[in-house]
Amino acid sequence: MSHEGIRALQLEKLQKQVRHVYDNVAYYRNLMDERGVKPEDIVTLEDIAKLPFLSKDDLREAYPYGMLATDIKNCVRIQSTSGTTGKRVVAFYTQEDIEIWEECCARAIVAAGGTNEDVCQVCYGYGLFTGGPGLNGGSHKVGCLTLPMSSGNTDRQIQFMMDLGATILCCTPSYAAYIGESLKERGYKPEDNKLKAGIFGAEPWTEEMRRDIERSLGIKAYDIYGLTETSGPGVSFECEEQTGMHINEDHFLAEIIDPDTGEVLPEGSKGELVFTSLDKEAFPLLRYRTRDICVLTREKCSCGRTFVKMSKPMGRSDDMMIIRGVNVFPSQIEAVLLNEGYAPNYLIEVDRVNNSDTLDVFVEMSEEYFSDTVKNITKREKALAAAIRAMLGISPSVHLVAPKTIERSEGKAVRVIDKRKRLGINI
Amino acid sequence: MAIKQLSIFIENREGTLVTVTDAIARAGVDIRAMSVADTQDFGIFRLIVTDIEKAKAELEDSNCFVSITNVVGVAVNDEPGSLAKVIRILADNNINIDYMYAFITVSRKYAYVVLRVEDNAVAEKILTENGIRLVTEDDIVGM
Repeated sequence: MSHEGIRALQLEKLQKQVRHVYDNVAYYRNLMDERGVKPEDIVTLEDIAKLPFLSKDDLREAYPYGMLATDIKNCVRIQSTSGTTGKRVVAFYTQEDIEIWEECCARAIVAAGGTNEDVCQVCYGYGLFTGGPGLNGGSHKVGCLTLPMSSGNTDRQIQFMMDLGATILCCTPSYAAYIGESLKERGYKPEDNKLKAGIFGAEPWTEEMRRDIERSLGIKAYDIYGLTETSGPGVSFECEEQTGMHINEDHFLAEIIDPDTGEVLPEGSKGELVFTSLDKEAFPLLRYRTRDICVLTREKCSCGRTFVKMSKPMGRSDDMMIIRGVNVFPSQIEAVLLNEGYAPNYLIEVDRVNNSDTLDVFVEMSEEYFSDTVKNITKREKALAAAIRAMLGISPSVHLVAPKTIERSEGKAVRVIDKRKRLGINI
Repeated sequence: MAIKQLSIFIENREGTLVTVTDAIARAGVDIRAMSVADTQDFGIFRLIVTDIEKAKAELEDSNCFVSITNVVGVAVNDEPGSLAKVIRILADNNINIDYMYAFITVSRKYAYVVLRVEDNAVAEKILTENGIRLVTEDDIVGM
């Protein structure tokens, strides 16, 4: 499809979608009315800049039904974010929404060389998380024999992989690295498995990690991107060139904006990625701010695809961290500390050891929490770690330190040291 | 009856112990006994000194993280089997010891043993009933 063809299709879909949202989503209609924008004001694609943005806060405020644009009887499924930042985001799908989502995932599998002769092992989690259901549906659409493994139970993963001759592996990059190590431990060489490709996403990873995984499994590793708010994985995907992810532009309209001013930036600029879902019926988001910082490029791709390519996210425009695939905000950890009776003097250290993220939290102790026995201090550390785990869903290492030992800074406190950055990982 | 111990939190960083010992030196108090508990992240320095309030004030001035803990002090004869007798009494009465350390007096007649237990009063009562002599603050100062 030519660039002009894509733009014409996008404009037609955008006009229809803005009308659909305006007519059915009171929350967004109010935002448009406040700005004095009507659906008929969208005459060219550039007119999208007239529309208000949506943020995760809007979705929380509208939880659970505020963004629903169709009658619940037309919906067949929900998926949800992990809910680690407070209220969950619940996304609704009509059957048509699911078809399109799965189609997007199918394109990712085809771009990785998948055909109906492949055996596709999906070890993303199944359930509310979009990873498992999305790739599962995509694999069906391609006609692969699908192994719906879900996550965990590495022994079983390896047994099915070897016995059924899996050729495509779908999971998080850190789990792929782990499977690679586990195969080696069991005495398998990379050529012993039948895998040829892996589709890995849901967490940041580096080129170096890609090469490690490719070597240890004897495959080519492809990146995939998506977010529950827009559908799930498959918003964009890598082709064999491995130089960025093609955005499924017939279904998603991407913009890059200045995160501070909201101004739309020209193609090729680095800024915050904003998505408009052009076809979603149940949960259509207009100008949703992803907080991911990246660059869009429209150079000719050797694979022949004309869809614009996005770089791997180079960072976040907010203070969210992605640790072991889970979204973490420092404010959540702070809330736990206050709740547990600690002063909000803390330092979060994130690192990656053996391809797995580590989270260390240093917290100042109060006088009353100090004990002369190691046992009591350790007990407090464990209790605090458990409380943080309950909030985030991942286990931190908690270290209690003496009062006034965590450096105070003028102005904005340094709360987070992300050592993964030195590894060149774009967080 | 319990005696008072200084408990100082020491992070595993260079120079933290020097800050503590310098402060005690400035306070001009004698250290009668000490022990250090160490973990990967931190240590707890425990001291029995001749003037605990003075030492504490000086330590706090140096930004040390310090608290006062009541511990049980017992005097055991400085001869084989004395400590075993004390420990046996505690064990027989289901009293757990969190930590302990000892110091030998100049007279060499007694060794003083510092015990940290859950309930000082109960331990002291049982030890006294079994003929064990408890150490007082005066004993410490007058050593």
